[in-house]
Order: sequence, then structure tokens, then C-alpha cells
Amino acid sequence: MLADLGYFAVAITFAAALYGAGAAAYGAIRRRPAFVESGRRAMLLTWPLITVAALSLIGLLLTRQYQVAYVASVTSDSMPTYLKITSWWGGQQGSLLFWSWLMAGFTTAASLRKWDRDREFLPWVIVITMITLAFFLSLVLFFENPFARLWQTIDGQQVSALFQPVGAVALHPSDGNGLNPLLRHPGMIIHPPMLYLGFVSSVIPYAFAMAALITGRSDDRWIRLTRRWALVAWLFLSLGLILGGRWAYDVLGWGGYWGWDPVEIAAFMPWLTGTAFLHSVMVQEKRGMLKHWNMTLIIMTYSLVIFGTFLTRSGVLSSVHAFAQSSIGPMFFGFISLMLVVSVSLLIRRWRQLGGENELQSFASRETLFLVNNLLFMGIAVICLWGVLFPIISELFTGQKVTVATPFYTTATAPLWVGLLLLMGIAPLSAYGHSTWKTLGRSIWKPLAVSLILLPILIVKSVTNPAALLGYWLVAFVACVTLYEFWRGAQARHQRHGENLWRALNRLVGRNRRRYGGYIIHLGVIVMALGIIGSQMFQQQTQATLAAGEQLTLGPYTMTYDSLAEFNTDDGRQVDRAVVSVFRDGQPVGELHPRRDYYFAAQQPMTIPGVRSSLQDDFYVILVGWEPIASQGATFKVYLNPLINFVWFGGFVFIFGTIIAAWPDPDPQVVRRPVKSGRRALART
Amino acid sequence: MTGRRSLALACFGVTLAVALTLGVSLTAEAQPPTPSDNQVNQVASELYCPVCENVPLDVCPTQACAQWRELIREKLAAGWSDAQIKQYFVTQYGDRVLATPPAHGLNWLVYVLPPVAILIGVGILAGVLRSWRREPVPMSDAPAGAEDPYVRQMEEELQRRERGD
Repeated sequence: MLADLGYFAVAITFAAALYGAGAAAYGAIRRRPAFVESGRRAMLLTWPLITVAALSLIGLLLTRQYQVAYVASVTSDSMPTYLKITSWWGGQQGSLLFWSWLMAGFTTAASLRKWDRDREFLPWVIVITMITLAFFLSLVLFFENPFARLWQTIDGQQVSALFQPVGAVALHPSDGNGLNPLLRHPGMIIHPPMLYLGFVSSVIPYAFAMAALITGRSDDRWIRLTRRWALVAWLFLSLGLILGGRWAYDVLGWGGYWGWDPVEIAAFMPWLTGTAFLHSVMVQEKRGMLKHWNMTLIIMTYSLVIFGTFLTRSGVLSSVHAFAQSSIGPMFFGFISLMLVVSVSLLIRRWRQLGGENELQSFASRETLFLVNNLLFMGIAVICLWGVLFPIISELFTGQKVTVATPFYTTATAPLWVGLLLLMGIAPLSAYGHSTWKTLGRSIWKPLAVSLILLPILIVKSVTNPAALLGYWLVAFVACVTLYEFWRGAQARHQRHGENLWRALNRLVGRNRRRYGGYIIHLGVIVMALGIIGSQMFQQQTQATLAAGEQLTLGPYTMTYDSLAEFNTDDGRQVDRAVVSVFRDGQPVGELHPRRDYYFAAQQPMTIPGVRSSLQDDFYVILVGWEPIASQGATFKVYLNPLINFVWFGGFVFIFGTIIAAWPDPDPQVVRRPVKSGRRALART
Repeated sequence: MTGRRSLALACFGVTLAVALTLGVSLTAEAQPPTPSDNQVNQVASELYCPVCENVPLDVCPTQACAQWRELIREKLAAGWSDAQIKQYFVTQYGDRVLATPPAHGLNWLVYVLPPVAILIGVGILAGVLRSWRREPVPMSDAPAGAEDPYVRQMEEELQRRERGD
């Protein structure tokens, strides 16, 4: 019953989305505002409707309705309630419904703004968002239906279908398989929603950009309307990536957080083009240049969002054949192609209207440096895209599967990351328009000189790896430049207004949130870079089999294997848990409990490391194997990850900076009317 | 005769026993010690799991990969070099066990395309920058709905005053 209601709600939402797109397009083309309004109302209906479908699914998940195939595949009796709810996005069908639900929610939120000044955008924003929503709903409706039930056909086969196949009998398993153990980690519970939020909120700037192209508005209004959306999308993408890294570190048990896996890269690519967009958009706002490029970037970001979902959902990554057999793969392929062709055709049609309003005045100007920044981000995106696509192409043309893994990406992208860090140090000191190398040099030399002091210190501390020296120097240089910028601004306010430095700094950031939020993001990046360089270049590892009481030494740490216990838990696991004592420089620093959980229902093991964390490093112990009589021996793999916590700490700073940059201003349209009282608000816009 | 024969047999037996003992002990001395986990992981880290996607062999938790690591240990014990072991895995399971595709045939594209794409990007960027410098693009026609220049001027003025107060 609940399943029928859910499916029916999806079907109605699909119809509403299609109607909304059709009515809005018709109204815009025929200049019939009533149709546009009707389309808008249909759009506003989609979110409540799909919420009914979502609640139905959650109801099914919570009430052990194992006759529904999705419920049986992702939940089980032993799972706690919160995990049953988060199973909504734990499998293919549910996650597509989740995507659609978020998409409808964001579209509704975007449509609730005031449209007085941008009436002509409205119908086309409705068309683009509703077509995207209808596409995802069509996948849920026709191919990946989370409401399908389990049936046993006459020939004994188990199938899932919404309606009873002829002669089949309904199946009602007494328990489900349960959620994939790897997905039961808090990081994995929050990570997909964050990523999906990033994905769906990227659709909004794209919809406005397309509306601008269709209506022929060549000014930067669409950017002003959507820059906060773009930042919010980027915030969620960043959060999703960072949480994904933390999840990998905690759960996958290989001592790292980023493995250049195609699934990771699928989420990383829209982040790269989105980052390029957030930079180049400033050039359009300040100088009226790069209009074509910004359109191109937003089209790419949208396409990569859909492409990323396609990569992870179609099975194409495991093999071309899986893609060919999957029902949704070709649908995705068709949709991406269609949207790309339409977007690029529109862009070409409006090409001449999107000419720049200013000429380039200097190669040392900030706009040039932003362009170089964009080139580097695009270079990394191309490497990522190619690395993901090549194994598919190879299998398609030669039948031979190949692996393109970490060494390819690190070697190919390393020089580009170095370039980006360098730019991060130089660009904030350059000016828009007139800027000469001389003036640039004059403002750079102080932070440059300070940062160079670091090199001899590092060499004295016996850091001799040239790559690490370069990396650390770049981090120091960017830190000096960024902090210098804060200091200069605060100092200026202090002198002009007599504010104390702390207050001056607060006001400085508060009144220029985008700029200083951006600088805080830069600080976050370099703190992360510190951790990445440390953990990638100076990681140590060893593996050994120890009898009870035996020791193992790695770096300053010594570990003693004390004991191992095996027990079963109520939620269907067999746990093998070792106890090891850890000493640093001979001093005891605590016990760790690396363990291996075996989930009976899913027949899947999960390795949970024991980690001793400090700002300096992580001592990360994995239980690899053990003898039947535990005291005889257990095998441990141990990693020493220097500075790794800076990655997470930098992540916090990064997200904090993004929130500051994206924090909403009071609506300028409201405070604009009386000029006298609106001065402050105007200055912020 | 019998006595001499027994003596000969005894001598032969003793000689054989001594030879065997010596031989065994010599063989035992010649055999290298069992390769350590770290030696095995060193080789395994350069190989990728032949069945999982993108998982290095040294960290793959599956039973199959544990057996492959044992295979590496056996090969190392038998005196195989790292390169020989890698080649063995390639012959058995194909190029996909290598971290990056070997540079032959279509695989060249993996290495050639990204630098070419970036060089083209540099070329386009240089061209665009030069053209902007040479011929300034005239202001595009103010589109319908663009912000009023008067309003913009007023905003700039207000911003200046805000900065100045």
C-alpha cells in the first residue's frame, strides 16, 4: 500500500515536472504569462509531491517491509533506526529518489525569490530545472524503482516488479540483507547527502545561465543572481569530498584518504570546474570580461555533475559490458549529450553578444593571473577526465582492461598544483586593470623574503627532499601573503578609524566577506597542503606478525601486541579485536584496538584501524590477520602518517571560509530605495 | 666375503648418510630466509588487484589478494626479481594489474593527450591575451534589462564614500 502510494507520488511528480517545463516554455515563447505562472505552480508542487514518495520509502524502510526489494536489499532487523533512515541513499534506487527529492527542494527554494527584476529568466529556469528533475524521476519511475516488490515466478526465479507478474507469487523474506557495512560509518551517512547537495545546487546557476543565453541578456545579471548558489554548491561539494576522505581513512583501512579512485574523481571534477568558475566569475563582475568562458565553465560543471552521477550509477566503471547491460547507462549518456548539444548551440548562437566590455591592460593584472589559474584547474580536470575515461575507451576498442591509478594522477597533476599554489601567493597582491610587474614585485618581496627564511630552517631539520622543500616553501609563501593581506587591511582600518586591531580585523572581514572569506579558504588550502605533503611524502609503514608480548617499532613509536578477543554482536557481526599498547619514545601513550568485523548477512569483512592521533602524526594500526590461537600471533600493518591531521584541520578552516564568503547579505533590493539609509547595503552589493 | 661385503655396505651407508647430511645442511644454508611482509608488500604495492577496481594489491583485504600476496612471497623465496614477478602477474591477469598502462599501442594516448591538451590550452590563452591587448573589444550594446549606467555610477560613488568614511 505504502509502496503504491510512493510510486504513485513519483509518477505525479514526474507529470508535474514535465507539465511545468512544457507550460513555462510555451508561455515564454508565446508570451502568455498565465502559462508561465501555471508552470511555476507545477514546479512548486514537485517538492511536496516527491516528499510524499520519500516519506513512503522511509516508512517502508522503518517498518520491515521486506517484500519491497529495495527494503530487503539495504535494511535488516538488526540495524538501528537511524541507519534504516539513511539507507534511503544507501542503494542505487533510493539514492536516485534522494537526488530527485533534493533537486525538487532546491528548485523550489530558488523559485521562491523575488523575480520582479528578472521576469524573463523565470520560465527558462523552470524549463531547465524541471527537465533535469524529470530526467531523474524517469530513471526512478521506469528503471530503478525503489518501490518494486519481490516475486517468485513459476519457474522459481526471484524477480522484482511493481505489479504481480503473471503466475508469480509474492515473496516476503523474514529479514533483509542489511546496509553495506562500509556505508554504516557516520562519514558515509553524511557524505552522500553533502555531495548530492553540491550536485543539485550546481544545477541552479546552470539554469540561470541558460535562461540568460535563451533570453539574450548578455550582462552579468545571471551571475549576480546565482553567485551565492554557486558558492553554496561548491561548499557542499567541498564538504562531501572532505567527508569522503575522512570516511576512507577511517573505514577502508589502507592508511590514506584519497586514492584517485574513479568514484572520487567523479565528484572531484565538477569541484575543479566550479573552483575555476568561482575565480573567473570575479573577472566578469569587476571587468565585464570572460563572459564566454564563464558560460562554458558553468555548462561544464553541470555536465560533469550529471556525468559524475552517470559514472557512479551506471556500472560503466566496472566494465563497458555492465554499462551496456544497465538500463540507466544509455539514458544518462543520451541526456548528457542532449544537454551538452543544446547548451553549446545556445552559447554559439549568442557568442557575439557576449563580447567583453574591457580590454586587457596588463599581463601582470589580476585578470591574467585568474586566467592562468583557470588554465591550471582545467588542466587538472582534463587529466582526471582522461584518466577515468581511458580504461573505458581501452576496453571498448581493444577489449583489454587497463588501470590508470595514483602514479599517473600524482605525476601529471603535481606541476599544476605547484603552479596553483604559486598563483595563490601572487594573485592576491595583483590589481585589476593597470598592474605592472614592478608594482607586483614591490608588494611581493616582503612576504617572499619572510617565506624564504623557512628553507634553511627545514634543511637544518634535515628535510632534504626537494619536492617537500618546494611544497613547504610554497605553503609558507602563500601563508605570508594571505596573512599580510589581513594585516594590511586591518592596519589601514586601525589607522583610519582608530579601531583596535582585533575589531578592525572583524570589520574588515565582515564588510568584504567574499574577499576575506576567499582568503580564509586559501589559508584552509595551505593548512591542508601541509598535511598532504607530510602524509604523502613522509609516510612510513611496516607489517609484521607478532606473538603476544612481542614488539614492533616504527619511527618514534613502539607497539606491543597484548591480546586478541573474538566475539559475536547482536547486530550480526563477528568481531576480532586486538589490544595493542603504544609507546612513543619509550613513554606509554595508550592502548589501541584495531579490529576486523565480519558481517554475516552481507558476508563482508570490514577493517577498522586503531589510530593514535596527535597534531604531529597518526599511528595507524590495522589488524591484517591472526592465528587460530590468538596468543600465537597476529599480523599488523602499521602506518605512521606525519601531519595528517592538518588535512582535517585545514578542511574545517576551508569550510569556515566558504561559509563566510557565502553568508547572505541583507536583500539589497529592499534596502536600496531610500538612498540615504541604503548606502551601506549598496556598498556591499 | 660376507664380512667384506657388509663392510662395504656399511661404508657406503655412512658415506651416503654423511653426504646427505652435508647436502641437506648445505642446501639449507643456500636457501634464502622467508621474505618478510614488508618485502612482499613492496612488490604488491606496485601491482593492482586483478579482480577489484583500483585497489593496490598490498592493501586489498580480500582473501584472493591475500593468496596473491602469498604467491609473491613464494616467488621472492624462489629468487625471482621484482620485475619478473610483475611480468608474471601481467602474463596471468593482463595489463590491468599495472598501476599505469604500459606505453604501447593505444595506451600512448594516456600519456600524450593531457600534455597536448594543456599545451593547446596555453596556446589558446596566449592567443586570447595577445588579441585582447592588440584590439580592444568595443563595449557591447547595452542589452535590454542591463543595469542603468547612472545607477552603476551612483553605486561606485557610494562605494568610494563608504571606503572613505
